[in-house]
Amino acid sequence: MTTTAHDTPRQTPPAGHATPGAQSFPLKKVLLWVAIIAVVLFSLGPVLWQWLTSIKTNDAITELPVVYFPAPNQYTLQHYIELFTRERFGAYIFNSAFVAITSTLLCLAIGSPAAYALARLRLPGEQFILAAVLIVTLFPYILLFLGLLEIVRVTGLANNYLALIIPYTAINLPLTILVMRSFFQQLPRDLEDSAKVDGYNTVQMLTQIVLPMTLPALVTTGILAFIFAWNEYIFALTFMTRENLKTIPVAAAQLGGTTLFDVPFGPLAAATIVGTLPLILLVLFFQRKIVQGLTSGAVKG
Amino acid sequence: MTTTTDPIRAREQRTGWLLLAPAALILLAIYAYPIGRAFVLSFFTENLGTGLEPVFSGVDNYVRMALDGRFWLSIWNSTIFTVVSLILELILGMAFALILDQAFRGRGIVRTIAILPWALPTAIIALAWRWIFNDQYGVWNDMLVNWFHILENPVNWLGNPTWAMICVIAADVWKTTSFVSILLLAGLQSISQDLYEAHSIDGATPWQSFRQITLPLLMPQILIASLFRFAQAFGIFDLPQVMTGGGPGGATEMVSLYIYATVMNYLDFGYGAALVVITFLVLVAVVALSTFFLSKVRNATGVQ
Repeated sequence: MTTTAHDTPRQTPPAGHATPGAQSFPLKKVLLWVAIIAVVLFSLGPVLWQWLTSIKTNDAITELPVVYFPAPNQYTLQHYIELFTRERFGAYIFNSAFVAITSTLLCLAIGSPAAYALARLRLPGEQFILAAVLIVTLFPYILLFLGLLEIVRVTGLANNYLALIIPYTAINLPLTILVMRSFFQQLPRDLEDSAKVDGYNTVQMLTQIVLPMTLPALVTTGILAFIFAWNEYIFALTFMTRENLKTIPVAAAQLGGTTLFDVPFGPLAAATIVGTLPLILLVLFFQRKIVQGLTSGAVKG
Repeated sequence: MTTTTDPIRAREQRTGWLLLAPAALILLAIYAYPIGRAFVLSFFTENLGTGLEPVFSGVDNYVRMALDGRFWLSIWNSTIFTVVSLILELILGMAFALILDQAFRGRGIVRTIAILPWALPTAIIALAWRWIFNDQYGVWNDMLVNWFHILENPVNWLGNPTWAMICVIAADVWKTTSFVSILLLAGLQSISQDLYEAHSIDGATPWQSFRQITLPLLMPQILIASLFRFAQAFGIFDLPQVMTGGGPGGATEMVSLYIYATVMNYLDFGYGAALVVITFLVLVAVVALSTFFLSKVRNATGVQ
């Protein structure tokens, strides 16, 4: 039942699982390190390659055989400069950040009370609601886009931030509800009972006593919601057609040259780095929280 | 247990419904309405031929779908993509989880690196893989030709129907193996070491321990990971859209790309709705089947 057991040091024998003799020890260790390096190369390779491409001059990019590590005179920041001068990546970053942050906050504000109600308030039909929430997390967005397109058209929300903020809030709600609910269930019940004895009503107790304690869980959930919102593609592609309102994934995917034969490899690579950098930083700083949120969201439900 | 005549209990419930209402409303608007609307619209013809006005046409859309070779090809493509990538992700994800579960120096940073691919935007990652598989300057060709001497000449990977599918699968495996390994790692950590020790005292080899302890106890996590991955893979849109655009010649056109093209390019809303309905039903059927198995496995292993 403990979801917070990750990364707590466990009692493992120093050489991994049950190594009988000392002779097999070095071979095992070598194999383990080969495997670890393979995992690292596999996970970092494509991103590193984009980064190396993004800082190479155009000549170095199209040189054959492929230049892996550019010579000193083959470095350039030109591709990045181009993104912010010729293209409007400043605006795209703002759009992505604004939509992702707003929808994340909205999602937490709406999802946590719902999670609390499902964790504590013994509503009739609770199991049914939970099952529905769980199933909804499995829906790919392509199933929703046709109906949402109609709503966006009728309400005239096309090319309005709300056309992304509202769906992003919705797609993150199931995860928020599941993670926050499992968190609320772990809170000691006595705390709320004594608050009730002291005369707090449910809403007062939530805002003044429970909320401050839930901050870590809110951060966990918020990070996941931000990642999903930042990465979303199909709604952003469909509902935001005006150039200055595009989000980073869409703008990057649509980067093109003036002709079919003039593919801007350098700027494309630079756009990859610009679009992924915020997420790389998030993962670096919050790895544990991300893992915790994902496992409690998926496994506990 | 408690009767609703109890006034405190009744107030508590009222508060509960109020707390739940905003979330429920948004979920209904963004999930339930579009799906329900697709069911209704699938019985209408609404395209350029009808001046974009819905005209009731019964099951015409479904009859058309049964005879639509492009639809069947897209379902086939989605199925191949889903099954192959799911199997590879489970095998590789299990391997990663087992490695990351070992005790070694720097484990924290390796775990961080290993979850990185999952967190990155798929559409942007598709660009990275398109560049890796580039026919002229791609690093994949260069490695095969100049490092390993497997190829004489560079191959146009994304221009060949079979290779294009394999490349899209490879990109997806790269992107989502980390998700599977996160879930499996959490499962591994909850298995007691005592089990392994007792088993090895009984003379079991590591492979036997894996087969007889790890796999059965991990089954719930494996099934949950499969369920999530199945649903996401069957509806995948951004990866093939950016990487190949469904090409060459429809070889990587997944059902989601066909739905998108039907609606956005051909403005055929009725038929698009029918495609949405069928995709939805396939998903629901598979999810229902696997939750059935999940509950059986959970009962069998006693893991909640």
